[in-house]
Amino acid sequence: MPEITYREALNQALAEEMERDESVFLLGEEVAEYDGAYKVSKGLLERFGPRRVVDTPISELGFAGLGVGAAMTGLRPIVEFMTFNFSILALDQVINSAAKMYYMTGGQIPIPMVFRGPTGAALQLSAQHSQACETWYVHAPGVKLVTPGTPADAKGLLKASIRDDDPVAFMEGELLYNMKGEVPDPDDGDFVIPLGKAEVKREGADVSLITHGKMVNLALQVAGKLEKEDVDVEVLDLRTLRPLDVDAILASVRKTNRAVYLEEGWPYVGIGSQIVTTIQEEAFDYLDAPVLRVTQADVPMPYAKNLEKLAKPDADRVVAACNRVLYRD
Amino acid sequence: MPKTETQDEKKTDANDGAEKEGGDEGIDRFDREQLHHFMREMLLYRRFEEKAEEAYAIGKIGGFCHLHIGQEAVALGFIGPLQEKDYVITAYRDHTQALAKGLEPGPVMAELFGRDGGVSRGKGGSMHIFGAEQRFMGGHGIVGAQVPLAAGMGWAIKYREEDQVCVCFLGDAAVNQGAFHEAMNMSAVWELPVIYVVENNEYGMGTAIERVSAVSIEERGEGYGVPTHSVNGQDIIETWSFVEDLVKEVRDGAGPQYVEARTYRFKGHSMSDPVSGTYRSKDEVEEKKEKEDPISVLRERLFDAEIMTQDELEALDEEARKVADEAVEFAEDSPFPSEEELYTHVYAELNEHGRLFMDGRDR
Ligand SMILES: Cc1ncc(C[n+]2csc(CCOP(=O)(O)OP(=O)(O)O)c2C)c(N)n1
Ligand SMILES: [Mg+2]
Repeated sequence: MPEITYREALNQALAEEMERDESVFLLGEEVAEYDGAYKVSKGLLERFGPRRVVDTPISELGFAGLGVGAAMTGLRPIVEFMTFNFSILALDQVINSAAKMYYMTGGQIPIPMVFRGPTGAALQLSAQHSQACETWYVHAPGVKLVTPGTPADAKGLLKASIRDDDPVAFMEGELLYNMKGEVPDPDDGDFVIPLGKAEVKREGADVSLITHGKMVNLALQVAGKLEKEDVDVEVLDLRTLRPLDVDAILASVRKTNRAVYLEEGWPYVGIGSQIVTTIQEEAFDYLDAPVLRVTQADVPMPYAKNLEKLAKPDADRVVAACNRVLYRD
Repeated sequence: MPKTETQDEKKTDANDGAEKEGGDEGIDRFDREQLHHFMREMLLYRRFEEKAEEAYAIGKIGGFCHLHIGQEAVALGFIGPLQEKDYVITAYRDHTQALAKGLEPGPVMAELFGRDGGVSRGKGGSMHIFGAEQRFMGGHGIVGAQVPLAAGMGWAIKYREEDQVCVCFLGDAAVNQGAFHEAMNMSAVWELPVIYVVENNEYGMGTAIERVSAVSIEERGEGYGVPTHSVNGQDIIETWSFVEDLVKEVRDGAGPQYVEARTYRFKGHSMSDPVSGTYRSKDEVEEKKEKEDPISVLRERLFDAEIMTQDELEALDEEARKVADEAVEFAEDSPFPSEEELYTHVYAELNEHGRLFMDGRDR
């Protein structure tokens, strides 16, 4: 299989879906002439023209709403947010329009669209530019949420998201764009990964390290570390946070009897809170220890390098959490 | 676009004004000391930003860092004529405005370095410079977000029946945010003492303003009942004169104002972006630097009028470089924030009444 970057994988998915379906178009700040702030849409303007690859003003609420309106007529817009931090401005259209439309029209009007861009912290971008936005999106019934952590998942899941008939928030990571990984060759057929399927990224017997998005890579790193201490970590990548693959979570926990949730976001009512609830509701009797979470510190992201490091989840904290649920010192 | 008479009446152009009053209202308005002060300040901003650029290149400053090089006369021209009690608020391209409003170069540089001695204790960084004492209200990273905040400051001034003014900077691309339009309307309805300054440097990142605005930046202020103006933001003498008069009017109750300051960014959008590329040519940038550098524009005017000599200019520059160097030294000498600082300033109250936040402590 060819090795390509996460960025290239997304670019392939966009190009293939635009090729396949005339109703798909891409809209956002700097996506056309500048090739995207993170170069994800590189070459698409040239290939598909300005009718389908559209540079917008800095009007997040406006162009997100425009996307929803176009989707109401059956088009399949892909709205790129330069980063999800800026999508907070657009949340009214995401939550009050996109998420509720199908329901409040009694099923008359679906919203087949994608909101995509990077979420989470990069390096020293400070409080307003370093937010993991998953919880805001996943809280509202009606929106799906996809968080690929590898190039292959980025490609397969983006293609599925574009084809999906519901609004899908598709969250990438600035620090993932350059990451390389194997992705099936486009010549070997259509590569689509269905939404709602978690993947065991590493099998293990002792503890389930459950996570999503960029943190998958940290989880694998920790699993490698603990392997040297004879601890066998299972890394379960949820990939989609709505729909949630509850079966995969339960299967893993029933096997290992211990779980840690790792996420980039804040702990308070974070994604982990939901996962822990699900586990205690449905697999309580299988647990040998409380489920722990490793998250960003419950503070706005500080700028100073040392404080930022302290605020972010890191390998040491994940190792410590795994050790705690294993009652190891 | 056809204009109504009222719009025309309301619009003023500082150039026209200067011509009407005899062409050289310009330089005569100021004494030698003031003119030297303009040069001293702008040189300081330039040298400060160059130091920031150097420090970024060697990793002393991280994240996003947006330089104001080329736009110094806008900072000085719109802030210099203010009083200490007046408010200033801006976006993320905020270093020189902070200096103009009286923040010390050392603590501003220390903020860029993420140090404890920084104006925001190292927690904010380049995009979030604040000085509450100097009434410098930041430093905002979300395009357009500062505009309603400025309206709020205007509101507070009226509420307290005081006579301050708030100056709010925004970029040309920020006029496309809904927040801007909502704030303009409220400012007009409630007659808030706010001067909205659009720093029209012709681009929002890699997008030329014409590509995302059907009418000119100057016209974007119309339609709210807010008087609109346009000034040459590369000429400190023109800008300062215009703003000084305008501030007086606003202080006397003229209500909100919208001013386009025509300017140009000499560097990339941020330190991680190229200076030129597909969106603007190298030649365009070079030509602007050659002809419209606010420091050269002032230098020529002062030399022509024999108000400054080459030696004096060099001495001022020497002084500016020294202050910028000292700012870096101050930043270098300042320690990183201590680890306890991670959980300070989340709330005014420190977890006294139960779990305000989750600080990882066992309880
Ligand atoms: C709401 C929002 N959208 C996008 C961005 C990313 N961004 C930062 S600056 C910028 C361009 C702004 O240009 P302009 O307003 O002209 O100011 P300038 O940078 O030229 O000073 C963009 C798109 C942001 N910070 N906030
Ligand atoms: Mg601009």
